[in-house]
Amino acid sequence: MELAASAGPLVQWSWISSNEGTILSLLWQHIELTLIAVAVGLGISLPLGLAAWYWRPLRPPLLAAAGVLYVVPSIALLSLVAPLTGFFSVTTAEVALVSYTLLILLRNIIAGLSSLPASVGESARAMGYSALGELLHVQLPLALPSVLAGVRVATVTVVGLVNVTALLGQGGLGQLIIQGFTEDFNTPIVVGLVLSVLLAGAADALLVLAERLALPWRRRPKRALK
Amino acid sequence: MKFLSQVAKYLTDGSNWSGHEGIPALVFNQLEISALAVAAALVAGVGLGAVLAQSRRGAFVVVNAANAARAVPSFALITLLGIQPAIVKLRQGSLVATGIAMFALAVPPVLTNAYVGVRDVGADVRSAARAMGMARWQLFAKVELPLALPVVMAGARTASVEVVATATLGAYVGYNDLGSYIFTGLALHDDVETFAGALLVAVLALAVDQAMALAERALSPSGHR
Repeated sequence: MELAASAGPLVQWSWISSNEGTILSLLWQHIELTLIAVAVGLGISLPLGLAAWYWRPLRPPLLAAAGVLYVVPSIALLSLVAPLTGFFSVTTAEVALVSYTLLILLRNIIAGLSSLPASVGESARAMGYSALGELLHVQLPLALPSVLAGVRVATVTVVGLVNVTALLGQGGLGQLIIQGFTEDFNTPIVVGLVLSVLLAGAADALLVLAERLALPWRRRPKRALK
Repeated sequence: MKFLSQVAKYLTDGSNWSGHEGIPALVFNQLEISALAVAAALVAGVGLGAVLAQSRRGAFVVVNAANAARAVPSFALITLLGIQPAIVKLRQGSLVATGIAMFALAVPPVLTNAYVGVRDVGADVRSAARAMGMARWQLFAKVELPLALPVVMAGARTASVEVVATATLGAYVGYNDLGSYIFTGLALHDDVETFAGALLVAVLALAVDQAMALAERALSPSGHR
């Protein structure tokens, strides 16, 4: 017996216009979940990365722990955390999302700081910077390209992963994907997919722009070389 | 602690280790679909990467296509494919839907690495090979590919771990892998089953990562280790 299944046209525009409000609020929720995850991820990995930079023995265990978290599949991590933080809670979603940002961010923070030649620190000290001033005004700005590269990868990854958290009741655009699947209806899935890709692209473009604004000195030599 | 001992009991219960829903069967299914997807991605990615590495516009195409593809959520792809009538009516429709989505997930890292690996083969090495009388295909098969292999394998490792972990989502559209425990557990509010399934996937992903690391080392030309 053949199933007379039909998932409708790929995009049914009337569905989009009549559900515009829902789509926009889910898109906003998606953005919120992403922003929180990346911000909290940075808040955790910046101090940890600094600590690992000052104190080398901390690096292998820290990166290994973050690596293990990174390898655990998102749906698995969500279900591992859910019994502890409560099913269908924002905390559950965020714990999973944040843990994916940690490895990416830590690697880039440590790589950015340790790639600076020792002469940078020496010159800063010779100019009379205090240890903290040296970190804030010299080393962190110089490590910024690497840190921001990590933020870009982390953000794009999280935008994709937020969809999966829909399986545990959060998930922004992921809820459209679930709706489409349960109703056997293409349009919501396509809308969720396309908006998710566009959001990742827009976030990436914004971060590139932020990088240019934050690092004006990186632009000039490049142009001069050409 | 009581919860963890329940999970341990679930995982050591003999009845969970046999039959179509048993742990070995589901682990096999998860590895099977992952191996198929990564193997297909290796063929497509290495071929395309090697071709693109020949042209100067290659980098632009590879980087942008791979980035765009990476932003496509696998979850959306699996469900979208999973409800297409042409796929639903197949006997193993859920395998096809999950497999295609996993192939799409595996191609970008393999393609990027194959491209970089082949591109970075030195011009002097290439000229030497041509001077020895190698044809274009020999240059690829005997020089470029072996030299690029460590980088290609690193890409395959990344792809394998991502695919093994993400194939879990296939259970949502009915593919019978370890995700079945997670989704059944979620539906029945059986935390123990969900947790056990999640633990198994995590261990499997870590094991695949280690196995691929070993393969990576074994396949590197001895001078490159």
